[in-house]
Amino acid sequence: MDRAQQIRSAAESAFDRSQEVIRMEGITKRYFEGKENELEVLHGIDLTVKRGDFVAIVGESGSGKSTLMNIIGALDRPSAGRYWLDGLDVQDQPDRVMSEIRNKKIGFVFQTFNLIGRTTALKNVELPMLYGHVPQKERTRRAMELLSMVGMADRAKHQPNELSGGQKQRVAIARAMANDPAILLADEPTGALDSATSRTVMDIFHDLNRNHGKTILLITHSQALAEECPRILTLMDGNIVDERRGREVRYV
Amino acid sequence: MFENVRLALGSLRANKMRALLTMLGIIIGIGSVIAIMTVGESLTGSLNDSMSGLGASNLTVSLTQKSSDDESAGGARVRMFAPSTPGADDLMTDEMIAEYRAAFGSMVGAIELTESLGSGTVESAAGSATVTATGVNEEYYLTEELELLYGRLPADSDGGRRVALVSDQFVEDAFGGTVSAVNAVGQSFQMSVGGSLSTWYILGVYRYDEEETGIVSLTAASDEVITTMYVPLGTAKAVNGSDAGYQSFTVVGGTVEDQELFISETERFFASYYTRNDSYTVETSSLSSLLETMTEMLGTVQLAISAIAAISLLVGGIGVMNIMLVSITERTREIGIRKALGAPGSAIRLQFIVEAVVICLIGGLLGVAVGVGLGAVAADLMGFPARASVESILLAVGFSMGIGLFFGYYPANKAAKLDPIEALRYE
Repeated sequence: MDRAQQIRSAAESAFDRSQEVIRMEGITKRYFEGKENELEVLHGIDLTVKRGDFVAIVGESGSGKSTLMNIIGALDRPSAGRYWLDGLDVQDQPDRVMSEIRNKKIGFVFQTFNLIGRTTALKNVELPMLYGHVPQKERTRRAMELLSMVGMADRAKHQPNELSGGQKQRVAIARAMANDPAILLADEPTGALDSATSRTVMDIFHDLNRNHGKTILLITHSQALAEECPRILTLMDGNIVDERRGREVRYV
Repeated sequence: MFENVRLALGSLRANKMRALLTMLGIIIGIGSVIAIMTVGESLTGSLNDSMSGLGASNLTVSLTQKSSDDESAGGARVRMFAPSTPGADDLMTDEMIAEYRAAFGSMVGAIELTESLGSGTVESAAGSATVTATGVNEEYYLTEELELLYGRLPADSDGGRRVALVSDQFVEDAFGGTVSAVNAVGQSFQMSVGGSLSTWYILGVYRYDEEETGIVSLTAASDEVITTMYVPLGTAKAVNGSDAGYQSFTVVGGTVEDQELFISETERFFASYYTRNDSYTVETSSLSSLLETMTEMLGTVQLAISAIAAISLLVGGIGVMNIMLVSITERTREIGIRKALGAPGSAIRLQFIVEAVVICLIGGLLGVAVGVGLGAVAADLMGFPARASVESILLAVGFSMGIGLFFGYYPANKAAKLDPIEALRYE
């Protein structure tokens, strides 16, 4: 390999790396470390997610899905292995930095919506921006923009208990998008919804992925839901055992 | 910060009853402190006012009976008093006063000599008026704040003449409006004072000031106003047939640097005349020292009640801490969500500290309102104008915030340290 080739390949690998939103190498998670009941939940996961990917992680309960999600979401730290999120080394960062990573790089969408009660949809969407020190005017402007994107602008002043499940999840998606995160992390986002509203929510995800280039990681136990994602990873007993393309990839 | 206050108010609104019960300890604690402070402030304030009207810095020199010590059979000392009136030999004389003046120089501002003539009543076809007649020397007018309306003040050289300085109120009452105050100068009236009926001429008229009478007015039961009639000292002595001396007089301090020392030196000076007098000696007292004693006493009472209130505040603070812990347990999931959305521990801590401070601040403000109200009612019942103590109100508000900070820190810190995964899983 001559010098020019070396430089070119270095540049390409740098380009490749810059295209990676998630890079995991040998991620292991053990609970009760050093005790008799020590339990290894993840056995060295290698995972790369590129910018603009829409990945489904499928697995039965107990497969380590939640643990993996917590680590990806910077809520938990791996026992061993290395993890870069959007080029940032998430290894051994102090709590304060982990908070900032969650705030800026990750948008959580939960099965149970997890909107904050007695707080309007608008304020809920503003919340991540509040913790990100975005000025009040800008917060409100962006929150309204996001709410209209998910079709909830007319419910901005409603509190969570005045909204239906599907509406709550749409507000939650708007909230997850607030700080324009590197990745949307959706954990069973349709688990508490009927099929019609599930469809609406999934369509929003497809729209965000297709038309806004948002990288999405969907964690689910439903094969049917996973089939509409371009890339499906199957997790079993703490290992990724299969990777394939979805059979019913949807284009919105 | 504003966002945190809004959040705290929202969470209090959601649990109004609980918030109020939590605040109760703070309200009672702060309320009782403020109430007792208000009463104390009102009391000392009105005492100060009435005393300064009477000349709080004045020094009263008076004869007192010596106590005779007896060794009884049991060996115990028994104080025996033989009540008597001082004889002519016992009284303080003009010579003593002259020597005192010479010895103390400019420290003595003025010496007020008085001779009481008791009270007398004028009855005429037009009306009636009662006065307390007092013979005073010229110096008396230097320090007593009398506003002369018409005529002139009696001088020492008027001694012996039946002339008087009366109040405008007296003129109105005695002459029933037939003689105006300006025309009263030179008028005469018949009055029996000191046991003899005689004719008195009005030399001057002063303005009767209701407020100046201070404590004295409290004792006047009827609506009849008793004013003072001032006559020359020499006249009073002549009427009383006494020329021996004085049982007491008032010294007004001049250029005095150390009031305490001046008082004790004055007492020593006069007492030296009485070392060989078996039954009498001289004592000095000043209203300011009396006032000091009373204020001190009041301060002790206030301190005692404040200590009890402090216990109530402590209990209230623990109540706040308890409710904050409950609130944090209830809102574990909310804390988890906030952390997942990127709230650092410090933001969570601040949120709950602000909530605790807001609870205590509202409690403190309500307590101040309750305290000022109670204090005002109590002061009113005791017949004093209510005065709120601004310092103690500010202190109370600050203190209640401090309680919120102190008792809110532990629960808030607990919330800040919650593990987000555990918290999100919490049902």
